[in-house]
Amino acid sequence: MPVTPPEAPVRSARPARTPADRARRALWIVAALVVLAISLVLGLLDGAAEISPWQVVLQALDWLPFVHADSGLAPIEQGLLWELRLPRVLMAAIVGGLLAIAGAGYQGVFRNPLADPYLLGAAAGAGLTTTLVIVLLPAPTVSIPIAAFVGALGGVFLAYLLGNTAGRDGGTATLVLAGVAVTSFLTAIQTFIQQFKVEELQRIYSWILGDVGGGWDRFWLVLPYAVVSSVVLLLHGRMLDVLSVGDDEATALGVRASRVRLAVLLAASLATAAAVAVSGLIGFVGIVVPHVVRRLAGGSYRSVLPLSLIGGGAFLVLADLLARTVIAPAELPIGVVTMFVGAPFFVVVLRMTKGTAT
Amino acid sequence: MIATAGLSVRLGEREVLSGVDLLVRRGEWLAVIGPNGAGKSTLLKAVMGLVAHRGDVRVDERPSATLKPRARARLVAYAPQAPELPPGMTVFDYALLGRTPYISYLGRESRHDREVTGAVLERLDLGSFAARRVGELSGGERQRVVLARALAQEAPVLLLDEPTTALDLGHQQQVLELVDRLRRADGLTVVTTLHDLTLAGQYADTLLLLAAGRAAASGEPGQVLTEALVGTHFGAHVKIEPGPDGRPVVHLVRGGP
Repeated sequence: MPVTPPEAPVRSARPARTPADRARRALWIVAALVVLAISLVLGLLDGAAEISPWQVVLQALDWLPFVHADSGLAPIEQGLLWELRLPRVLMAAIVGGLLAIAGAGYQGVFRNPLADPYLLGAAAGAGLTTTLVIVLLPAPTVSIPIAAFVGALGGVFLAYLLGNTAGRDGGTATLVLAGVAVTSFLTAIQTFIQQFKVEELQRIYSWILGDVGGGWDRFWLVLPYAVVSSVVLLLHGRMLDVLSVGDDEATALGVRASRVRLAVLLAASLATAAAVAVSGLIGFVGIVVPHVVRRLAGGSYRSVLPLSLIGGGAFLVLADLLARTVIAPAELPIGVVTMFVGAPFFVVVLRMTKGTAT
Repeated sequence: MIATAGLSVRLGEREVLSGVDLLVRRGEWLAVIGPNGAGKSTLLKAVMGLVAHRGDVRVDERPSATLKPRARARLVAYAPQAPELPPGMTVFDYALLGRTPYISYLGRESRHDREVTGAVLERLDLGSFAARRVGELSGGERQRVVLARALAQEAPVLLLDEPTTALDLGHQQQVLELVDRLRRADGLTVVTTLHDLTLAGQYADTLLLLAAGRAAASGEPGQVLTEALVGTHFGAHVKIEPGPDGRPVVHLVRGGP
């Protein structure tokens, strides 16, 4: 075999092209923000009083600091928007964003697109501890997020331990199965407790089925947890990309995989806990939104995480809008809407995934 | 550049490697050959520190155990036998992962990191692939993309586990020629495991024959690829002749051992 003559170092041959994907990523985020803004306006718009979209936009601008816009709304209408609709719509956006970004985080940690706050026992754990707090404490509001965080972490770690002991080489499938087992078990305990305390049943049920009402108090309660967990998750986008090539290669690239896992797990569980604590169990957001985002904007976690946060927000605002309007003047629990929309949608996504080379 | 002494690995009950001594000089290409289950992949993993092992492993004169993960990753790049390519990731983003050892935990790639990655892709004729998703690539393209990631790491040592698996004849040659070209241009030290004995003899400076976890023979291709050694350790009936360039060519003989 002839030996190829050594070549001049090619390193400086051509300036590297800065590929278009960074610009594409930014474009997707802008598009998602536009969708979120539209759904927020739609969410504010709906209700008994007759208010035009333009007035809502003007009013929303007026609320911003240093901006003055005259929406022409009567004080009572302004009050209605500010006291009732705005906190509700923002809460829906935050909860949806948290559930979606937590789902994306879990999927990255376990390298499994089916990982989800609900499949891993996080939501069930948070549900159990929150139920306990509702049942045991007279005025539980402030302690709910903390209890939910403890429960969410407990749920995930139970699933993790169980998955590890069941089979070290079983990988991600074992873990999800363990999560399902933990979820069933914790839900059983929760059901036991709530049936035990029949007088609290109404309160617990309305919470379990999901609710994004509750005004500014609840909004401020959840905001710090939401900010901390989202920021930590968003910062880990690149690390989750590294993990996606597998543990051996991640280690060969100089990354301590277990450390990344732990940080993302903690943050995703905090996000789940915050969402569950203020709004109960709202299913399918954490699995549907990251799926859609991946199909649209690619699999890098640097896009998936922020787009899930924004897209999850838009998704839940619209779901809440449906919940309020479908059987108006009565309201559906929002969890029912997300399941109703999410389940068939999830099947469609699965079928699409099957058809292409993924 | 890479040296091991008494390297042993136990996986469960089984002693997968026992007492392997190894020396690869700077700029040299070592091919690790041996029958299935001889411990070839485990040897590379042990050098990378991916499996627990006993014995001494030195990388660039430094004991591997004392190297921090990032420092080791700047010295040695590794591509496993069946690398996992996240299907939705673009070729550029995948190759960019090779820059990880140079980026702080929560940091972002610098302009330099992107330039290095872009240059590596151009160099491997992958420039036009940058925006393609890795899930859409053919086997040969995938192998080149994995190589691009390893090269983006800019490590002086390249450990490649079966870089020609699942490739047809032409693509096997293409990949090995490429590795050889890069090695000569950049002075890289290369360690590969290779299934194909003739290919191993063609490209490597030295061969290490592993059998049942032990080093059965090592040296220049002509010393290791002998009918006796291959017959004994592979249980194969072969005829070995010098090829046009004097390197040994291994032929299977019909009617087995």
